[in-house]
Amino acid sequence: MSVAGAEPVLQVAIASKWYRPRDAEPVEAVRNLEFEVAAGEIVCLIGPSGAGKTTTLRILLGLDTAFEGRVSGAERAGIVFQEPRLLPWRSVEHNVRLGLPRARRGLDLDGLFAQLGLTAWRASYPKALSLGMQRRVALARALADGPRVLVLDEPFVSLDDAAAAELRGLVVDTVDRSGMSVLMVTHNVAEAIGIADRLLLVSRRPAGLIAAVSLDRPRRERDRAWAEATRANLAAQHPEIIAL
Amino acid sequence: MLTRIASLVVLLAAWQLAALEAGSRLLPAPLAVLRFIVQEAERGDLAHNVGMTLLRVAISFTVAMLLGVVLGVALGRSKVTDLTLDTPLLVLLNTPALVITVLAYVWVGLTETAAILAVVLNKLPNVAVIVREGARNLDPGLDEMARAYRLDRLTWARDLLIPQLQPYIVTAARSGLSLAWKIVLVVELLGRPDGVGFAINYYFVQSTDVAAIIGYSLVFMAVMIGIDVLLLQRLEAYVRRWR
Repeated sequence: MSVAGAEPVLQVAIASKWYRPRDAEPVEAVRNLEFEVAAGEIVCLIGPSGAGKTTTLRILLGLDTAFEGRVSGAERAGIVFQEPRLLPWRSVEHNVRLGLPRARRGLDLDGLFAQLGLTAWRASYPKALSLGMQRRVALARALADGPRVLVLDEPFVSLDDAAAAELRGLVVDTVDRSGMSVLMVTHNVAEAIGIADRLLLVSRRPAGLIAAVSLDRPRRERDRAWAEATRANLAAQHPEIIAL
Repeated sequence: MLTRIASLVVLLAAWQLAALEAGSRLLPAPLAVLRFIVQEAERGDLAHNVGMTLLRVAISFTVAMLLGVVLGVALGRSKVTDLTLDTPLLVLLNTPALVITVLAYVWVGLTETAAILAVVLNKLPNVAVIVREGARNLDPGLDEMARAYRLDRLTWARDLLIPQLQPYIVTAARSGLSLAWKIVLVVELLGRPDGVGFAINYYFVQSTDVAAIIGYSLVFMAVMIGIDVLLLQRLEAYVRRWR
């Protein structure tokens, strides 16, 4: 739910982004991609694989600075990468605390560990955990410093349905409780329809915004019939992005 | 373990037989070597010489490891540094230990500093090259995580860099330790008034006392193997505990 008139939490305006490999033709990955994320809003960026979604995230996070345009707001974002990217040689607890600046690393995180069901695993090494649990640890790291916005890159891929649903539930609960915003990149349309306030449909390379679709029905009232109708409706309007 | 002991027994028996057959003081029997070791220990020379050599190994090993790790990280992380220093490193890597040692004594003088310097220069390139490999293979995904989370330099070094370099550092330490002590002996032989290398040279030149030469090398070998098993192998197991 976007708050009208409120200052957006994230602003992205990428005029163009080129990849220039040394021994291949240059590729334009992104062109004229502009969007904002408002406070408390869950926004999903949807597009075909290889469409430049991850490139957009890397630019937003300041990992790639060779582009034309402006991005702002991600300085204090909590980030969950597609791979959990935990330090295998450090305990779960230590990994989560890396999400805090050094001065605050001793903060009491009992509540966070309890909320994400990680209390029993604090002293474990990541390799002892399933992928789903490792993703939870990555989520805990992203949430540790109480960010205003959470940036998620395909956070639920390669999980079985139950684990994905559980993790999704945790994200939605956290967001609803704390009022933070979420920008999530995904190619899973059903997943996006389940949790997003707004969908941003992105074209094939060069990635640009095709449509922004607001989903006004409250998340709790979204049933299967509504989700299927919404999906069919989207597929009819944007067959190149969303297959039936 | 049983196989090891059996192989050792067979080896000793073969040595004893060969010594009996030869009947010469140029091939002393195991007991003759043991007798020398006991005598030398009672005189106090054994402890002094082994101690001096160990001290030189310890100092030069530590210095070479510290400098080598720093240099290796610089080489692995910066292309300019790598290109600039690659050729000098290659030259140093392929200069015989003997040449480095002689030059160090000639230029610095017959001093302890020259001896340590010679060992460090011999070992440093090996450490740097092994650690460079490690610094080149840092996980790019974790580096991206570190940048996205704006980890400070200290945290990055302690939690990302060093843990990823640890296997390489341990490898460099283990191969480096055996290299260091062999070079220390040469350095001592050429220009020090004590140490295992000096003692071996002394007994060679004075009286071709083969029992003394074998005795010294056995004792020192045992000490170094002990350090490897008791210290380095345990260190290796410790740094791999999370796997």
